[in-house]
Amino acid sequence: MADYVVFIWDDEQAWERADPGIVEQTMAAHKEFITRHAAALRGGHRLHTSDVSTSIRHTVDGGVTVSDGAFSETKEVIGGYYLIEAADLDEALRIAADVPAPFGGVELRPVMPTS
Amino acid sequence: MDPVVAAAVADAHRTEWGRVLAAAARLTGDLDTAEECAQDAYADALASWSMYGVPDRPGAWLTTVARRRAMDIIRRRDTLRDKLPLIAGPDDVAGGPDTASEDEAFPDDRLRLIFICCHPTLAPDARVALTLRLLCGLTTGEVASAFLTSEPTMAARLTRAKKKIAATRIPYRVPGPGELGERLATVLDVVHLVFTTGHTAPDGQALQRRDLAERALDLARMLRLLLPDEPAVAGLLALILLTDARRHTRTDQAGRLLRLAEQDRARWDHGEISEGLALAREALRRRPYSRYPLMATIAATHATAPAPGAPDWAQILALYDELIAIWPSPIVALNRAIAIGEANGPTAGLAALDALATEPQLAGYHYLPAARAEYLRRLDRHDEARLAYDEALLLAGNNTEHRFLATRRAQLPYAT
Repeated sequence: MADYVVFIWDDEQAWERADPGIVEQTMAAHKEFITRHAAALRGGHRLHTSDVSTSIRHTVDGGVTVSDGAFSETKEVIGGYYLIEAADLDEALRIAADVPAPFGGVELRPVMPTS
Repeated sequence: MDPVVAAAVADAHRTEWGRVLAAAARLTGDLDTAEECAQDAYADALASWSMYGVPDRPGAWLTTVARRRAMDIIRRRDTLRDKLPLIAGPDDVAGGPDTASEDEAFPDDRLRLIFICCHPTLAPDARVALTLRLLCGLTTGEVASAFLTSEPTMAARLTRAKKKIAATRIPYRVPGPGELGERLATVLDVVHLVFTTGHTAPDGQALQRRDLAERALDLARMLRLLLPDEPAVAGLLALILLTDARRHTRTDQAGRLLRLAEQDRARWDHGEISEGLALAREALRRRPYSRYPLMATIAATHATAPAPGAPDWAQILALYDELIAIWPSPIVALNRAIAIGEANGPTAGLAALDALATEPQLAGYHYLPAARAEYLRRLDRHDEARLAYDEALLLAGNNTEHRFLATRRAQLPYAT
């Protein structure tokens, strides 16, 4: 068994413009996802929008610079994540494909085991 | 070195490499170590066979040695408690038919191996590279030259792909019945790409890269052996055989490209043709048809043309209509446009080709202007044909094809 993180990337502006019905539907779809895959789920959260993000970069002189906003300037940002456990990539892919993401998609990444 | 032994080892390298490596991978759980075990087994074979003679079953001998080496490494690894990246083994995952033969010392795990190499989460060029490296035993340099990249680039691509296999735990197993069709399609596409790259090399002096075409034929035969009930596999093997059967007649003695109508059909490989025709028929027994059974049937229609270069174009067009319905790719659309021209006349063909002019995937593909040139010539629109040949000449990378197009262009009459 191995752990994977499913990052939910989506377009925040599409979320804002979305019909309240669709937002409600998506939330219901997440609840259904959580119930269906309860055995594999190890965690997960919806995040606040990236306008409250803070990015912290390390500088060459050993200090840090702190800036307002998401880490990279892309239309899609990470809006939430799930931590799942699966036997292998094929099983993880099947679970990740069930994550609702009407305004974007998801990215599946294996967790590096701590030794 | 004894030339008989050297030849036997080279032969076993070609026919058994994938099987030896696959058997070792089942034990080691990682591909890099499995490659080492396979390499060691072939090195041992050179020494041992020179002394004791070539064994009756070289593949079984090599597999046994590679597995023994793998066991040694595992024992050492256990004592060192190494944390090596592992591929998800067949024993800790559920499902999937077991392809190991009853002969446990000589299991055939090549299907598991090819399904790892062609996993849909790997980049398409990495799938091809891994398959040639791990199943066919090509060196990194050979894989690089097949795809016109440098050896360091190819080495990096292979390393990255193997890292992804280990880190994401791509399972070492044959997909279950529910997903086999979809996953098999990716495998077949890789084998087909290797074949087409060998059949008409995208670049260079020679028209064909026989080494690659033969590797593709080997892979298709292996899939047929291990998945005898899959029509898609029968279709791909049929397509390769029916196309490959013309390998000796595609150029004349001076190396000039010959069109189908000009080829000496007596010199086609009739053994491959009859085998291909039987497989194509078998591939059509189950509906709905997938891509390769339909393509094989098109190739079969060409191979059984009543007169040279005069196949049943109406039937070919009907087959392309079916093919494009399940596989709406621009390349299929281009071939279908050519079939329209042959079945319904050059004006219809030209109209169908012109409808594809803005297709981004065909921009830079020399067959589109070359086909336009051909129909413009038949319509006696020579100036436009010349321009179309010029465009095709700019885009054709293969020297044999380039020469063919230049000759066709030079044969056009000038207006008086």
